[in-house]
Amino acid sequence: MTSKESTRVEYGKTLVKLGEEYPDIVVLDADLSGSTQTHLFAKAFPDRFFNMGVAEQDLMGTAAGLAVGGKIPFASTFAMFATGRAWEQIRQTIAYANLNVKIVASHGGVTVGEDGGSHQAIEDLALMRILPNMVVLVPADGPQTRAMVRWAAGYRGPVYIRTGRMPVPVIYDDSYRFELGRGSILREGRDVTLIGIGLMVHACLEAARLLEAEGLSARVLNLACLKPLDWELLVDSARRTGAVVTAEEHLVTGGLGSAVSEILSENWPVPMRRIGLKDVFGISGKPELLLKHFGLTADDVKAAAKQVLARENRGSGRGRGELSAISKG
Amino acid sequence: MNHLTDEAQLKEIARQIRVDIVEMLFRAGSGHLGGSLSATDILVALFFGQMRLTPADPCGAGQDRFILSKGHAAPLLYAVLARLGCFPREELFTLRQFGSILQGHPDSSCTPGVEIPTGSLGQGLSIANGLALAARLSGDPSRIYVLLGDGEVQEGQIWEAAMSAAHYRLDNLTAILDRNRLQIDGRTAEVMSIEPLHLKWEAFGWHTLQVDGHSISELLAAFKACEQVKGRPSIIIAHTVKGKGVSIFEGQKKYHGVAPNAEEYQQALKELGGV
Repeated sequence: MTSKESTRVEYGKTLVKLGEEYPDIVVLDADLSGSTQTHLFAKAFPDRFFNMGVAEQDLMGTAAGLAVGGKIPFASTFAMFATGRAWEQIRQTIAYANLNVKIVASHGGVTVGEDGGSHQAIEDLALMRILPNMVVLVPADGPQTRAMVRWAAGYRGPVYIRTGRMPVPVIYDDSYRFELGRGSILREGRDVTLIGIGLMVHACLEAARLLEAEGLSARVLNLACLKPLDWELLVDSARRTGAVVTAEEHLVTGGLGSAVSEILSENWPVPMRRIGLKDVFGISGKPELLLKHFGLTADDVKAAAKQVLARENRGSGRGRGELSAISKG
Repeated sequence: MNHLTDEAQLKEIARQIRVDIVEMLFRAGSGHLGGSLSATDILVALFFGQMRLTPADPCGAGQDRFILSKGHAAPLLYAVLARLGCFPREELFTLRQFGSILQGHPDSSCTPGVEIPTGSLGQGLSIANGLALAARLSGDPSRIYVLLGDGEVQEGQIWEAAMSAAHYRLDNLTAILDRNRLQIDGRTAEVMSIEPLHLKWEAFGWHTLQVDGHSISELLAAFKACEQVKGRPSIIIAHTVKGKGVSIFEGQKKYHGVAPNAEEYQQALKELGGV
């Protein structure tokens, strides 16, 4: 059995370590510190923690002011409220002025579960990805969360990191280091590229194993750095395999599927399927059941891969490129 | 910077700043006239009579900081910053033009002396709170000043920030509210009532003062009084006249966001006494 870690818990623990290393780090929350896990920092550094109450607009504005005052603010709440309620505050100050604010939002996606559609952020990545200057990161597991949060503390500029509520399987080991604008190849394959972010990375790896049992070879990418996206790795993968499936716990519009479509359609169009929510809001239920309901399982990724391969074989799209012509920059 | 405490000198600066504002807007052909003129005496008293700052470089730790929450009064802020030496006065007359360092609303990325972009109303008080918290954490004796508009306090975020400034006992923060009683669509009392303003701020835990926002001496006395307050933030409700200084602009909602035409421009310069 694979070990599991929760990305939000790893965020909270990493913040405490970073708090010792960076005296300028301050943390703000909007009455959800027990859920976002910033309560760990609050306990360790009470003078550098500010609970702003149920007031997300003020949360982001105060974080912006702290950044102008030379601090390194980490602002946390649920992804829905951070990016939805306070989008314009983020846009007008944090992104527009390129301020050194780290927005680390928990409870991304439908695996929030029982709280239902009002609390399940399925559009946060779209809302953050569209903003100039903003870096958008979606860690897939504990080690990647630790590496990204650590990297964000040292990077000067606005960063959005989405964590999840549910513990997820560990994929990386502690030697993993995050590099801005770089994706990871988690598995090599010839026939199709499966691209995941967040907990869908593990689903893509599982789908690749299922496809292998049927004689199909899938390359698996984690494009956890959603912005800036590793377009070289993406285009190279599309050329090598000739077919792409994206998988995200988010609407298929505006997030990973959109980002991949935008780049491939201009650079190397191939048959493609996008796994994610399709023009619907979330609902209450057990997280595992919701993943199944919204078509976010390894079986769904596998089925999409087979569909896209059938389409490639029918000759629609550009398909596989000449490998000899590839020079990866 | 050596402060000017001589009221006559500060009044003369305010007159010159008003001339600059009228000139800038006339040349730009657009911009926010009424709310720049209503707050001119406030900013002149603050920047030239109160704040401790490095004139050519007023942003940065160790000095007093200013946030223009009512960002549409950008022409006023720019005229003050030019006079402080942040950039040459000639730049004022490129306001709102393509390639200018002076954007329609304040943008810290291109204008020396501007702390942060503002213009979307309701956000500056939260930012000032953040600066006040940062100064306190760093043991920096800076005072943080923020100018609010009266229509602006219709934004909900202002009251979120009013709550948090009192909660965190930000006695290094002074807000000034430019109570000119007009907003784009008309009188604040008609568009959306905001009174009783002083009772609201008091109820939120603020030390609240009311002054004549065109009296340099009352403004200076109020700034000093706020420095003495411990354990809570201060707000000065400055009663002003929109378009102050030019009879045809005074109290007219039309001039909220409109530049003077040639005839109005000539009359304004005549009334203000010219450069």
